Amino acid sequence: MLAFIARRLLQSVIVMLVVAFIAFLVFRYVGDPLANLLSQDATMADYEEARERLGLNQPFYVQFYHFVVNALQGQFGVSYRLQQPVSQLILERLPATIELAVASSIIALVLGVFLGVYTALKQRAFSTGVIMTLSLIGVSLPTFLIGIGLIYIFAVELKWLPSFGRGEVIQIGWWRTGLLTQSGLRSLILPAITLSLFQLTLIMRLVRAEMMEVLRTDYIRFARARGLSSRAINFGHALKNTMVPVITITGLQLGSVIAFAIITETVFQWPGVGSLFVNSVAAVDVPVMAAYLVFVALVFVIINLIVDILYFIVDPRLRDGAKSGR
Amino acid sequence: MTDLPQSPEQPVPAAKTSRWKSFWRSDIVWSYRRSPVTVVASIVAFLLIFMAVFAPLLAPYNPFNPATLNLMDGFTPPNSNSMGGRYFALGTDSQGRDVLSTIMYGSRVSLFVGAMATLFAMVMGVGLGLVAGYVGGLWDAVIMRVADVQLSFPAILIALLIFGVARGIIPPNQQEGAAIWVLIIAIGLANWAQFARTVRGATMVERQKDYVAAARILGVNPFIILLRHVLPNVVGPVLVIGTIGLALAIIEEATLSYLGVGVPPTQPSLGTLIRIGQQFLFSGEWWILLFPAITLVLLALSVNLLGDWLRDALNPKLR
Repeated sequence: MLAFIARRLLQSVIVMLVVAFIAFLVFRYVGDPLANLLSQDATMADYEEARERLGLNQPFYVQFYHFVVNALQGQFGVSYRLQQPVSQLILERLPATIELAVASSIIALVLGVFLGVYTALKQRAFSTGVIMTLSLIGVSLPTFLIGIGLIYIFAVELKWLPSFGRGEVIQIGWWRTGLLTQSGLRSLILPAITLSLFQLTLIMRLVRAEMMEVLRTDYIRFARARGLSSRAINFGHALKNTMVPVITITGLQLGSVIAFAIITETVFQWPGVGSLFVNSVAAVDVPVMAAYLVFVALVFVIINLIVDILYFIVDPRLRDGAKSGR
Repeated sequence: MTDLPQSPEQPVPAAKTSRWKSFWRSDIVWSYRRSPVTVVASIVAFLLIFMAVFAPLLAPYNPFNPATLNLMDGFTPPNSNSMGGRYFALGTDSQGRDVLSTIMYGSRVSLFVGAMATLFAMVMGVGLGLVAGYVGGLWDAVIMRVADVQLSFPAILIALLIFGVARGIIPPNQQEGAAIWVLIIAIGLANWAQFARTVRGATMVERQKDYVAAARILGVNPFIILLRHVLPNVVGPVLVIGTIGLALAIIEEATLSYLGVGVPPTQPSLGTLIRIGQQFLFSGEWWILLFPAITLVLLALSVNLLGDWLRDALNPKLR
């Protein structure tokens, strides 16, 4: 167990170092960092002085070392576009993205499991056909079109929900939350649904496939023979055994959700990390791009690590396999 | 005299019809005829591609020629005459550009970027996959590790990053002209891993077979073995991934252009048109947004359905 975790940790550190190296290359060699820091009428002497002061004359590996040390302390320099420290920009916008991602994951998980079980139990119902067709169309629609469609229906035509922004927010420590005000919650609904749809269809199809598989097994047949109620069989016995892959996929998808939030945040002008990144790409704001790259990689690596370890704990077969294999 | 030259010729047309017949009766055509969804999808895809390719000939107006634009035509609703007295089937946008024509030219840009990006991803992925599967060892490990890491990130994120980096490297005065190629490379680089993974698996199977061993013993150059002998045997799955990849690339291009980091506004793609149209959603000019959106969905959906059908038709396990 410990050896397994140690090996995974080592792999994660290597992946992070590779990503940090790419981020460093971007940070150091895309655009001229000095041109963005010095004023228009700086002399050559000013350039030399700044180059010396920022350590840009030092050997390549020394600069990379400094980059990693700074990154570990959360220092990614100053945004060219907004003239603020990058770490502060990301921290300010992180709560918005996390609230959006968590809300959409909850929607996707609850609805996805429910619809998956429903379509697996009622395979021949007309409603199942409708749901499956809708999910197929939903997968092929681009995320931003779904968002625009929802805005058109619920904000423009029905005027029920706001179409952009986070509404009123409340500051709790450094965390700025929109979950405690009515306008904040109302603003969250449309973006959260938009972001959840992709995951929802994935979870639904997965649960459906797993349920149909499990329902054919002998122990379910035996449970029926024992005369258990179909509710106890379906939810107590069958659903429980479909949960391991569902949890894995949901966990692994959380990273993609944060990345897909880029699109949703732009459609709804949601002030999160994703829209910060898009604006930085458009303006070639290199420090923010480099920091976002490291940040997203970190999220992916941590989630993968947690899912791997959870999987190891939840599934006894893996544990025994590892034991007998050695 | 006249009989002699005819008799050797006669079997040739016979062979032709039988070849046509055997094609018509082949499994793949049979599965095509049996699937009405696929027939409809292929017709829709064909019409859209035809419309895009021949846009300069078919479009009723040239939306990018300032000389023919008239602000009097602005915001004309669909199927009506503008205040300038001209007819517009799908209406006009704020500058009086014909929506139907901008869609035709826009699909052209979208399809061009999507097809070139898929081609780029295909060439790169198939090449690296062949090398990884055939050579094995360190090459295999390095190529597949990179592919694994890349596949765990969403393609759109990688395309955005590559696009941003390219923007920083290319001098500003060349950016407008280079934007389309940067976009193609960004989307292509974001999608190669899928090809590489599939081709590698298929190549590893093919490598064990006798014909490869025979070619190797004969002293055939490894590149020739890969290109002439192995490649034709792994091309089926590549076609499937290529078709589905084209739909994905079209959507990725639209997404990037929608986010405002794609093609320049002087050469709008469907994504750019949707981005422009969204500005008029609240003021009631729905047609500026709706028609490009429908075109994009139809294009992506029909290509996707074709890919799905191809996958089932080429997969012998499902028959």
